Amino acid sequence: MHKKTIAELGAGLRAGEFSSVELTHHFLQRIERLEGNLNSLVTVTPESALMAAEAADQQIKSGNADPLMGIPILQKDIFCTRGVKTSCGSRMLDNFISPYDATVTERLMQAGAVSLGKANMDEFAMGSSNETSYYGPVKNPWDTARVPGGSSGGSAAAVAARLAVAATGTDTGGSIRQPAALCGITGLKPTYGRVSRFGMIAFASSLDQAGPMTHSAEDAALMLQAMVGFDPKDSTSADEPVPDYIASLDDSLQGLRIGLPKEYFGEGLDPAVSDSVESAIEVYRQLGAEVMEISLPNTGLAVPTYYVVAPAECSSNLSRFDGVRFGCRCENPHDLEDLYKRSRGEGFGPEVKRRIMIGTYALSAGYYDAYYLKAQKTRHLISDDFRNAFEKVDVIMGPTTPTTAFGLGEKMDDPVTMYLNDIYTIATNLAGLPGISLPVAPVNGLPVGLQIIGNYFAEAKLLNVAHRFQRESEWHRQMPIGFD
Amino acid sequence: MQWETVIGLEVHAQLATKSKIFSGASIAYGAEPNTQACIVDLGFPGVLPVLNEEAVNMALKFGLAVNAEIGERSIFARKNYFYPDLPKGYQISQFELPIVGKGALTIDLDDGVQKVIGITRAHLEEDAGKSLHEDFHGMTGIDLNRAGTPLLEIVSEPDMRSIKEAAAYARKIHQLVVYLGICDGNMQEGSFRVDANLSIRPMGQEALGTRTELKNINSFRFLERALNYELERQIDLVENGGQVVQETRLYDADRDETRSMRSKEEANDYRYFPDPDLLPVEIDPERLDAARQDMPELPDQKRARFESDYNLSADDAGKLTQSRPQADYFEATVEAGADPKMVANWVMVELGGALNKAGLELNNSPVLPTQLGGLLKRIADNTISGKIAKQVFEAIWNGEGDADSVIEARGLKQITDSGAIEAIIDEVIANNPKQVEQFRAGKEKLLGFFVGQVMKATQGKASPGEVNKILLGKLKG
Repeated sequence: MHKKTIAELGAGLRAGEFSSVELTHHFLQRIERLEGNLNSLVTVTPESALMAAEAADQQIKSGNADPLMGIPILQKDIFCTRGVKTSCGSRMLDNFISPYDATVTERLMQAGAVSLGKANMDEFAMGSSNETSYYGPVKNPWDTARVPGGSSGGSAAAVAARLAVAATGTDTGGSIRQPAALCGITGLKPTYGRVSRFGMIAFASSLDQAGPMTHSAEDAALMLQAMVGFDPKDSTSADEPVPDYIASLDDSLQGLRIGLPKEYFGEGLDPAVSDSVESAIEVYRQLGAEVMEISLPNTGLAVPTYYVVAPAECSSNLSRFDGVRFGCRCENPHDLEDLYKRSRGEGFGPEVKRRIMIGTYALSAGYYDAYYLKAQKTRHLISDDFRNAFEKVDVIMGPTTPTTAFGLGEKMDDPVTMYLNDIYTIATNLAGLPGISLPVAPVNGLPVGLQIIGNYFAEAKLLNVAHRFQRESEWHRQMPIGFD
Repeated sequence: MQWETVIGLEVHAQLATKSKIFSGASIAYGAEPNTQACIVDLGFPGVLPVLNEEAVNMALKFGLAVNAEIGERSIFARKNYFYPDLPKGYQISQFELPIVGKGALTIDLDDGVQKVIGITRAHLEEDAGKSLHEDFHGMTGIDLNRAGTPLLEIVSEPDMRSIKEAAAYARKIHQLVVYLGICDGNMQEGSFRVDANLSIRPMGQEALGTRTELKNINSFRFLERALNYELERQIDLVENGGQVVQETRLYDADRDETRSMRSKEEANDYRYFPDPDLLPVEIDPERLDAARQDMPELPDQKRARFESDYNLSADDAGKLTQSRPQADYFEATVEAGADPKMVANWVMVELGGALNKAGLELNNSPVLPTQLGGLLKRIADNTISGKIAKQVFEAIWNGEGDADSVIEARGLKQITDSGAIEAIIDEVIANNPKQVEQFRAGKEKLLGFFVGQVMKATQGKASPGEVNKILLGKLKG
């Protein structure tokens, strides 16, 4: 059962081939057997999962044909889930039981999805390797000596290892697409504002966006359909019509204009990864697409811009973790300053502290113009690059990451090298554009991701383009040895 | 040395919305601690603010009332600092592009002189909670009911040159926000708070002196006292060779003094930046028009209209329009058919005095405008005298019904029948031959005595005009 996609499992459930309870049991057993090798989960909730599965079975029996009804999924531990620990990968929230559900959680549960638990992640979504988690690093199921990517590393590893059919992730600078690429799954970061951020613990508010992590583009479409839509509780959520993401999946790609940014194929890109991406693009040529080179001249500004904007926002967003109302509070504080210093000192890990420091500095009097304000300007330049590009092409393609998964511990001592892992994904967050990563031919047994970037609210187009590739290829069906 | 005082004020007016500025929780005053704070107010992980549009509309009304520049877009910013009663570790406020830009307000000084005070800006922000330092055995309690309450911070230019001007400005702003219905103006409950910036400079010098900011002022009386104390302190300091330090000082009403709270060096770097959780507020012309349509008549306009429409003196018009309820009461009474000048008198003197004595607000007056109007009509048509009217007023106040039924029930109708009055006068003259003799001998002051006797005999019901006329005729006759 675990080899199937949401679409296939849904058909099986509705045909009565198996029940959601059986399906849920099956995945819970896999979690019990395999999770120890991966550390991809923070919390497993078997009881509530089985209850939800029973309810879903009732619904299915009474004719409910919602595509997610009874489908077992995982939620990144950044989404607030009522009555369940919501740690955000941090010691700061190790004791935090959320009193409410995130909008994404609420919508998925309403659609009938069965939550098996909460997936591990980089602390407060700050990391590209899932090594900053308070709960320890997640391992890549394709090679457990390697990282799964981050920050949605738990979600990616668990879906790749078939511990759940799908998972939610969040993407601030590549946190869905990069781990999806490194773990060989499909991950979609929607347009900023497409999915509500309410209940999603904020890292960098102007960049954060939730999306699905699945085996296929078709599954991503099914998940996304349930997640999107305007939310009155999130002022930045988009009040845009929601298309039928399934209806356009099989649309022809004849005449599709694909742009390949020369900056995404230059220095730093592993030649083998480049070859793999090129061969995927060849498939598109055969499907009738027109491929042309384009330029995104300000690509080089993306990483430095991001590392001002994101830390600045996070330094403020994380101020609420002060030991006063919830979360980590130090023992016997002797005064207010002691309470703040020790609670935050003990609750946050080193990467989070580093970013709070950078962000605080960037916003400080006397530095604001040179850093924060300048970053806002370069952010505009980056958006303009894409705007110009989309006048010539329908989608932009390139590698999701410059290399395949790197070894655990390999880049932990060198934050800048680590940050460069997101060099191809960060710009889309700064521009607020949607992007999807899908598996193409692996290199040395390790997955490689093709990234497709679309114009604002062009999720349907991205899913269509990704799905047409997956109709021609089997890479998304591959399973890591030991987890099949 | 002659010193010139320079004062600027920052007023925090709590907006009279139903719910908080970024959440749906109530802002009612006086609830049990932490019962009016939802997860958004508590700054829980993952929550987001949603702007209360009513707060924006109220701010727009204020902007229109002070003829301010109102930009097409306004931005919320985060003011970052740590304090336990500030749940998110930042206050959502405005920094660049406040909702209300440069405006002006004309104040009236005692000598009838008017002065224009510049308003630098007015911006929307959320209030913090309260730290309770007593009753927690050395610990601090936090009440977050107030957290997220909408405030309009109104910043003036340093245009005031005396404490009197500062007080007049503060009162005028208070009158305005209450008139506009955007603030209940209750200073005791903290709905209207004033921070004052004061500096001194030698008379004639252009450059401003170093200012101090005074906080914790919760009445107009304390505002004047705090400024007085601070002015003397600064003059003393400078005249004794000292220097004023830029700092925030707390006013202690019990000791009537100001104390240093924090100096400029200790001041926070608030690291303002635009709040990415909130979209810029777009103020299109339609929205501004809607706010304009919704504007009540402002105090100055009302005063001018009262002068011209009701033929009142500038002084009476000013006093009557001091508060909107009083002005409304006045107009409702006139509407009931009474003479405006008479109404003005009665509202300010009789009714005002009675309310004052009873400790009541005009809204809770036991005498309704229609009842007062009914009473005043009976004075005008000579049914009762002004003196009897006071008696009737008291009866109405005590719930004995409106004027006509009280007059009827108590038999207070004025005797205008000259025959009846004549008979009584004849009797009075007959009973006081000595006084009659003295009067006729030139002691005309005694007329009052005779009028008194007649009134006594008629229990005040005789028409005073009639009595005078007949008496004079008979005495001189």
